[in-house]
Amino acid sequence: MADMRPPIESGCPDPFQYMHPLMIKNFGNWKYHDRPRPGVLHHVAHSGDEIWTVRVGTQRQLGPHELNLICDIIDKFGEGFVRFTIRSNLEIMVSKKDKVDPLIKAFEEAGYPVGGTGPSVTMISHTQGWLHCDIPGTDASGVVKALMDDLHEEFVKEDMPNRVHITTSCCQINCGGQGDIAINIQHTKPPKINHDLVANVCERPSVVARCPVAAIRPAMVNGKPSLEVDEKKCICCGACFPPCPPMQINDPDHSKLAIWVGGKNSNARSKPMFHKLVAAGVPNNPPRWPEANAIVKKILRVYKQDAKDWERVGDWVERIGWPRFFELTELPFTKFHIDNWRGARATLNASTHIRF
Amino acid sequence: MAQTPKNPEKHSTYLPLDKKKSTKAFHKTPMLDQLEAGPWPSFVTGLKRLALNNNMMVDLLGQLEHSYKTRLGYWKGGTVSVFGYGGGIIPRFSEVASMFPESKEFHTIRVQPPAGNHYTTDMLRKLSNSWDKYGSGLIAFHGQTGNIMFIGTTSEKTQTFFDEINDYGWDLGGAGPCVRTGMSCVGAARCEQSCANEQKIHRLLVNDFLDDMHRPALPYKFKFKVSGCPNDCMNSIQRADMAVIGTWRDDMKVDQKEVKTFVKGKGRKYVIDNVINRCPTKALSLNDDDSLAVDNRNCVRCMHCINVMTKALSPGDDKGVTILIGGKRTLKIGDTMGTVVVPFKKLETNEDYEWVKELAHTIIDFWAENGLEHERCGEMIERIGLVNFLEGIGIEVDPNMITHPRTGSYLRMDEWDQEAAKWNERKQAG
Repeated sequence: MADMRPPIESGCPDPFQYMHPLMIKNFGNWKYHDRPRPGVLHHVAHSGDEIWTVRVGTQRQLGPHELNLICDIIDKFGEGFVRFTIRSNLEIMVSKKDKVDPLIKAFEEAGYPVGGTGPSVTMISHTQGWLHCDIPGTDASGVVKALMDDLHEEFVKEDMPNRVHITTSCCQINCGGQGDIAINIQHTKPPKINHDLVANVCERPSVVARCPVAAIRPAMVNGKPSLEVDEKKCICCGACFPPCPPMQINDPDHSKLAIWVGGKNSNARSKPMFHKLVAAGVPNNPPRWPEANAIVKKILRVYKQDAKDWERVGDWVERIGWPRFFELTELPFTKFHIDNWRGARATLNASTHIRF
Repeated sequence: MAQTPKNPEKHSTYLPLDKKKSTKAFHKTPMLDQLEAGPWPSFVTGLKRLALNNNMMVDLLGQLEHSYKTRLGYWKGGTVSVFGYGGGIIPRFSEVASMFPESKEFHTIRVQPPAGNHYTTDMLRKLSNSWDKYGSGLIAFHGQTGNIMFIGTTSEKTQTFFDEINDYGWDLGGAGPCVRTGMSCVGAARCEQSCANEQKIHRLLVNDFLDDMHRPALPYKFKFKVSGCPNDCMNSIQRADMAVIGTWRDDMKVDQKEVKTFVKGKGRKYVIDNVINRCPTKALSLNDDDSLAVDNRNCVRCMHCINVMTKALSPGDDKGVTILIGGKRTLKIGDTMGTVVVPFKKLETNEDYEWVKELAHTIIDFWAENGLEHERCGEMIERIGLVNFLEGIGIEVDPNMITHPRTGSYLRMDEWDQEAAKWNERKQAG
């Protein structure tokens, strides 16, 4: 231990050392922006300086080949500076307009789509899934790859009423976040408990405390201290699984996908909104999840046709109403769509506001 | 891609199977193979390319295919860290190591990116080279908390890799019940809508809590996110325990000449439908001469009109931040959004910034003291009520914190007169 190196607790690095010089020069002094074409942002500073940003979609998980390929393109056609958006898109900044087209061409020739700006379907924000997570009900990168293949056209164009942020999550914790459309795992059966392991692996009181509906209690099973689940109470959320892996919640057949719409983080127009359940029981069907993709594409098609400019999916549904949403998307409306969690009453219609 | 790339070696589909250096044969991956076709860059091709050079990735692909076939995950956590820290590594041990021994340990190292995610190509290459030496080579830019995720290495090499990148300026992020890696938007560096120095706030807050990040000892996670304007590109209201969002309190700026140019270009109907009528508080109207009238007193700074008319409209000059506390995702009580705790705070002087830092300390201390195990700050507020939380952190109530006042009469109000007097005193003082 004597020669162990103590860490340098430097924390979050200063971004100025990696920032494009024009961004440093005009920091806090930008005047306006426009979008000359899909995938390109053009910002103008009060000083008169201009900067062009080319936005590029990636597979998020990058190895040396991809990183060197991307860096080679940026060094040759850009100016050596790049940043990432919250949705894992690359943004390459250049100081001259005439650098934009060659940069776009180079990325497209290398197989990287340019787009994701303005009213487009931008990159799906996602989690780790089977590749690396310890509790995943499905994969993340695969779902995203399959869907983005199908939505590629909508990434490179700006043809939607407003921006569309799609998210995916491999468990009900929903690490992918709120989305205009969210594709999330929904378990439908209580955990299967391996009673031989519980006593050694799980801190039982913590597991009992994790359950949102108090359905777990300590029990002796086959002479060993374990846990049991009141299966009538259990809502199959999977909250017990992370602290207690012998309570397997994932099931190849019964862990399904659910689709949610209308989440929005921005304060623009309406206040931020949570996404709402629209479809469930969708098979978790690798490698290309065709059933989930079909529903997402159907919702997008209807939204594109019916929404007005600047309406996000959530804004659009608020205008047309949920009955019309289910009618247009041809999705079944069931008793499961009616909320019974805390605060549910506020989601019920307490008026005669009904569209006929 | 339908057409063959011009330069296959410089393409995302490049996979020189004849140059395989790894000694282990590839597993059959018929399901993953189906994710190589299509126009979007394929992570599977990327994984295979890494597997050409290293046996760990050969088995990783095997395990992933096994997951695709059986529809189950096979990673389990554990305890791995670096010397001097308690967190920052996501340990992964394979449950199917007997089938895929080379990837039996496949840990992720969470590293904090620079505020705003800026990189030079030199630095990206340098990080990639270091990771190629000590890990799988696979890096995710970025995880949902905001970290650079260096995915896949052994317990032993975790330390070596960290030592190398820590020497040239990179530190671990948070994992476990601790202050987590923060996020901030591009903001003032490239966005005219920025109302704050996002990177400064981000680094000021996070870098003041490094002990709480590296040595997890809080009830649960605590996240800071900073957005420069109410468009909230960092999703902070819904995803951060403490959301700091730029805003302004004077009149928004209107360049009437540009308004008229915009109306002329787009037409009156477009402007009325998409700007005037979309204002949530009906604070806009189009004058007969195609200039814009703004009722600034009733503008809620939603950003919509500024987003549409980027050249004509912009935030005002008297900028500051709104602070919301308690946003989080589903576990355990259901999603919560952050609640306004500070409607407006000017951030100009060192004292102003110190005040925000102190507020963060007060909140985290109060939550560390009062939060239950595995209870997020927002859940604690839900349990104890906003007023108890405000009293705990020494902030006075403000009508900006609510959508509307209480609608039920069932509560004790013995001290109404004193509370009403307090409000009147505050009003007179303010």
